Amino acid sequence: MGYVLSTEGFDRTLAKLGERYRIFAPVLKAGEGRFKDTDVIRYDYVRSLEEMELETRSDYSFKEILLPISETLFFFTEDQIREANLDETPVLVFLRSCDIHAVRRLDQMYMGNGANDDYFYERRKELVKFVLIGCPASCENGFCRDMGTDRTEDYAFSLDVKDGKVYCDVRDPELEDAFRPCAEGTEDVVPQSPGESDCHVERPEEVPLSIFTDAMWDEYTKRCINCGRCNFVCPTCTCFTMQDLFYTDNGLVGERRRVNASCMVDGYTTVAGGLEHRKKNGERMRFKVLHKVYDFRKRFGYDMCVGCGRCDSVCPEYISFANCINKLNARVKELEVE
Amino acid sequence: MGNLDINLKKIKKNAYRYSKVRGETASRVRCPGGEIDVDSLQRVVDIARKYGQGTVNITNRQGFEIPGISLEDIEEVNKALQLIIENRGVNQDEYNGGYPASGTRNVVACPGAKLCPFGCYDTKEFAQDIDRRIFPNDHHVKIAFTGCSNDCAHTRLNDFGIIGQTEPQYDPDRCVGCEQCVKYCSKRSVGALSVVNGKIVRDTNKCIGCGVCVVYCPTRAWTRSEEEYFRLVLLGRTGKKNPRMAEDFLKWADRASITKIIENVYAYLDDYLDRSAVEAKEHIGYIVDRTGFEEFLKYIMKDVHLGPKCEMQGRMYWGGKRYDQGNELRRSMYRFSEKEADQ
Repeated sequence: MGYVLSTEGFDRTLAKLGERYRIFAPVLKAGEGRFKDTDVIRYDYVRSLEEMELETRSDYSFKEILLPISETLFFFTEDQIREANLDETPVLVFLRSCDIHAVRRLDQMYMGNGANDDYFYERRKELVKFVLIGCPASCENGFCRDMGTDRTEDYAFSLDVKDGKVYCDVRDPELEDAFRPCAEGTEDVVPQSPGESDCHVERPEEVPLSIFTDAMWDEYTKRCINCGRCNFVCPTCTCFTMQDLFYTDNGLVGERRRVNASCMVDGYTTVAGGLEHRKKNGERMRFKVLHKVYDFRKRFGYDMCVGCGRCDSVCPEYISFANCINKLNARVKELEVE
Repeated sequence: MGNLDINLKKIKKNAYRYSKVRGETASRVRCPGGEIDVDSLQRVVDIARKYGQGTVNITNRQGFEIPGISLEDIEEVNKALQLIIENRGVNQDEYNGGYPASGTRNVVACPGAKLCPFGCYDTKEFAQDIDRRIFPNDHHVKIAFTGCSNDCAHTRLNDFGIIGQTEPQYDPDRCVGCEQCVKYCSKRSVGALSVVNGKIVRDTNKCIGCGVCVVYCPTRAWTRSEEEYFRLVLLGRTGKKNPRMAEDFLKWADRASITKIIENVYAYLDDYLDRSAVEAKEHIGYIVDRTGFEEFLKYIMKDVHLGPKCEMQGRMYWGGKRYDQGNELRRSMYRFSEKEADQ
């Protein structure tokens, strides 16, 4: 059912939803950017429409709700383990179409990749419902259309704010009662989807083995500073690392933490004995790019990258991931001719 | 050219320089914070073309100096300077009268937070605000603002050097322990960060508040403090007698305190300046050497209320070569003496 609400009406809806759900949405954090007087848009809990940043794509994605940047999994003592507490209040996550497509990738990695599902991911995922933020236009550096992630029907309800009115297409019947009393009227609502983007990518269907050592990656060895921002902002990056720590006053007690990891950052491929598989930043770039637009597809049948464009926007060295995909495609064509 | 009868003391205060070329002078254009708009810059060009010799000197204190101006053209040049004085917001006594003083020097600023990734505050804005508070004044005072501890503005060669600081804010929940902050703090700064159990510990005593950790953090675990802080360094100077670097007086000071301290120095100079000094001009440090630092402190700290985070240096000592006491270079213990022995 489609609803039209005033912004005040929608806040009443949010308040009603807030009785049952925590609301997790993109928020502009003033002054929290890298540089003085710069902001960052990242996810946080909100109570009203006003608190949400709906105009500009968030710098960091929603994925923190499913894969916290740093999460204590359990505490251990000599012979006991105790799981860390989890707030079990369900969560409504506001996100764009590309990000909803990213959820499928996260699910794939944590709940559809081998015999065992990830318990800690699963218990968070069960608490979450997704709310689609409509996109009136394509984002800076975004190429969602080329990745087929520019629209979705997989949402609890949708949100579009146009000319001071809020338009919602409610698909989850459990949520209808929060809209009905607050709405000004009902009509068919189709969430906005972005039009043509300035940014386009062409992906190779197949890549030859020789791409592995191709010179095309060398420029990134020189340009990239392996900071890993591209990974940390990516809604589909799923890598983590473990930290077992022992409380200093009593070395028998401690906790196991897992934190987000980045395949660009030092230490990612270091194994016991100190061997490092991908030392050069160009090699790391190759691994990342191929994983996003080739290797994942080989295993699961679709590409991992959703084309949100965050990695391009965040790169301090102005390295364009989208452009790298196009370079890869061009290089593969050259190699085919050879 | 008629007989030149020029009050040189007056034109010096009017920001014209005494030139070795008889009959000529140079006009000094004040650009607080080292900033100039294109209309003013064009006017500098126009003056240099019409009254000067087609060249402009860029001064060490971020102003312009237009050489080759005839002493007889000063009145006309002053009229031409009016646009620049107004556009730069410089205080003036008399319309079309040029600059009313030259003692308190142009207030210098590095590019600061408007441009520089490491800038901790808007240096130009602060410099311009201070300039409006203290100028015009004949006392010889040098002030410079720099955005971070890199000190690109060379504040340590000034009477008052203001160095931006930010107090890094750490959110352990956003930290993945990638240790880039540790690496860059160690390589680019002072090495105040270490890792304990996967999270970062900041040595608050060692941390200079440069903000390098904030710039390099890829997850926004490190952010800047909402408050702007300042390190104040005092009484650096160049010169013949005893050139020396300014020394730390305050750290984690607030803007209001810095402003008040600078304003306060003028009363001290009124009372203690050696009027018999050449051109009634001395570096403040030499006056402090006479009165003692405590007396100086009494003046500059009047009505200053330092914030709770601010730390103050109790006793101040300066270094630098004392050329008034000796000019010898220490001879090498063996290399040159061996050479001499060979000869």
